[in-house]
Amino acid sequence: MSITYLEAIREAQARALKEDDRVFIYGQDVGAFGGAFKATKGLAKEFPGRVLDTPISEDAMVGTAIGAAIEGMRPIVEMQFADFSSVALNQILNNAGTHYWRTNIPCPITVRLPSGGTKGSGPFHSQSMEALYAHYPGLVVVTPATVEDAYTMLLDAVAIDDPVVYCEHKYLYYHLKADKLPADRLPIGQARVARAGRDLSIVTYSAMLHDSLAVAEEMAAEGYEIEVIDLRSVKPLDTDTVLASVARTGRLLCVGESFPWGGVTAEVIARVAAEGFHLLDAAPRRVNAKDTPIPYHPNLWSAHRPNSKSIGAAARQLLRE
Amino acid sequence: MLETAGRKGSSASTRAALHDRYLEAFRWMLLTRVFEEKLASLYRGGMISGGVYVGRGQEAVSVAGALFLQKGDIFSPLIRDQAGRFAFGESILDVARTYLGSRQGPMRGRDGNIHRGRPAEGYYAMISHLGAMTSVTTGALLAKRFKGEKNFVGLTTIGEGGMSAGAFHEGMNIAAVEQVPLVVVATNNHYAYSTPNEREFACVDLAERAKGYGFEGYAIDGTDLGACLETIGGAIKRARAGRPPQFVVATVLRLSGHGEHDDASYITEEVKLEPFARDCFKVAEETLLKHELADRETIAKWRREFSAEIEEAVGRAQQEAAPQGDEEDWHAISDRGLIDQMG
Repeated sequence: MSITYLEAIREAQARALKEDDRVFIYGQDVGAFGGAFKATKGLAKEFPGRVLDTPISEDAMVGTAIGAAIEGMRPIVEMQFADFSSVALNQILNNAGTHYWRTNIPCPITVRLPSGGTKGSGPFHSQSMEALYAHYPGLVVVTPATVEDAYTMLLDAVAIDDPVVYCEHKYLYYHLKADKLPADRLPIGQARVARAGRDLSIVTYSAMLHDSLAVAEEMAAEGYEIEVIDLRSVKPLDTDTVLASVARTGRLLCVGESFPWGGVTAEVIARVAAEGFHLLDAAPRRVNAKDTPIPYHPNLWSAHRPNSKSIGAAARQLLRE
Repeated sequence: MLETAGRKGSSASTRAALHDRYLEAFRWMLLTRVFEEKLASLYRGGMISGGVYVGRGQEAVSVAGALFLQKGDIFSPLIRDQAGRFAFGESILDVARTYLGSRQGPMRGRDGNIHRGRPAEGYYAMISHLGAMTSVTTGALLAKRFKGEKNFVGLTTIGEGGMSAGAFHEGMNIAAVEQVPLVVVATNNHYAYSTPNEREFACVDLAERAKGYGFEGYAIDGTDLGACLETIGGAIKRARAGRPPQFVVATVLRLSGHGEHDDASYITEEVKLEPFARDCFKVAEETLLKHELADRETIAKWRREFSAEIEEAVGRAQQEAAPQGDEEDWHAISDRGLIDQMG
């Protein structure tokens, strides 16, 4: 038996609903239809009255979840696409994100964002918004890159007393499989050494983990030992694990699928430059998407986002410096 | 703190002509008027950081909403709701501490003026982004339904200004879809900051929007305390009894600037002559006198008593320690294990 990344998300929600009466799921088409990606398939039937379809009202979906969370519930809001969470930015940033700070009452909502690019999805169904949410105070932002993390981090997100933005990658939904659901978990806030190496550290997260691992594998044939760090959560960001890796390799390449300006890769490089400048043997580099909207045509799309070719080119360049 | 005090000697028949909570409501309005005069004076004296936002001219509609709420209900007020906040149970000290930035206030200096509440007690702390609290209040009521609570309602307020915001429309729609026991009290005070009604909306009657949202709607004269008590009290009763969400639109004139920094010079003399420009407080006071439910001396005595309470609370808040940057923990999330270490 194998389980996909998407099924792990579905199973985590089923378990959360089963084990915790406070949990309910709120979002567009999540009920009988089972969600646009089927992440809530069958849950409305299994848990009557607790998996609720909503109007196309991202602001009100999150606002409603906030009120419910203040009253002690544990809502999971599904955005149909991460891109549409921009409509709910105000509630997420200004209401959920400030509530504990202002009132001392936590606001335990989980907002699921089906993120990232897939072929042909275009500018409004492809975005990765983790950097934007991480920029604001008061939110935990997680970016699971494996089936195991998709499962355990969603359960953790529901259990955490603070608002969690859970960025699940649509490309990984069907492409990623595991033999079974995990029994153990790595806590949120701890990065993982996905592949050990000594020549260069690639620090990445979400779907880019897999492109980066492919590059590391390819370059192993050339004699390079590339270390790959999966951040897992971008806020909190595990600077210690990154610094420890850079201490081993002396070279840092950051890879992120989202837009370049002020993103997660910029943050990682800023931290390493500030706290681990002496560890660096070469200037750190980063690979991001281009600074344009995400294109529709597959040819343009694959040139817009980082891929094993552009990551590999940056890695080789960095190893020459 | 506020007892209901009818003047001895008034006949049963004249009392019966007024809503049985008229006097109680008036006393909250009086407390609000006296307190807001004090806040404005502190502001002019440079004693308050940030702004002071008063509800002058809107006390009747504000108090009438909160007066009928009970323990277990949700109250989610906005900028001009001091009268309602008091009626819902907010202490004078909480207001003084928040405006003066005492560390001991409910917001601990982290937020100020009207952005305060005690959510654990059903008293929600507004954010400035208008319309946002409509869906939040809906969610609180949905949670109560999930938890099996009974006989609860939620009341949130809005102005005609906030009624143009998308979040308000989304919130109204989702409240009706969820059929939660929500009462939304809107006050058309004719200006969104300085922008007059004709640049705010183009419909004839804001209350008619209720039908489009799936609410039951009512329009009232917000300068008439009796009408406010009757209609908003009735709306709360209907919501509690399981009727669809209730929408009440009260018409008044804002008898102040947007905040105390604003001289409101844009409000024309013609507008000030309109029937809706009456001061609800004066109308209520005159009504009480006419019905002999209170005399001028009694009202003056109440005013002195409120003043003394307010002075005491303000004095106390002023003596309390202000928050200090080096004493803050500067953590915006509650889970200490998940705090991002910036280095």
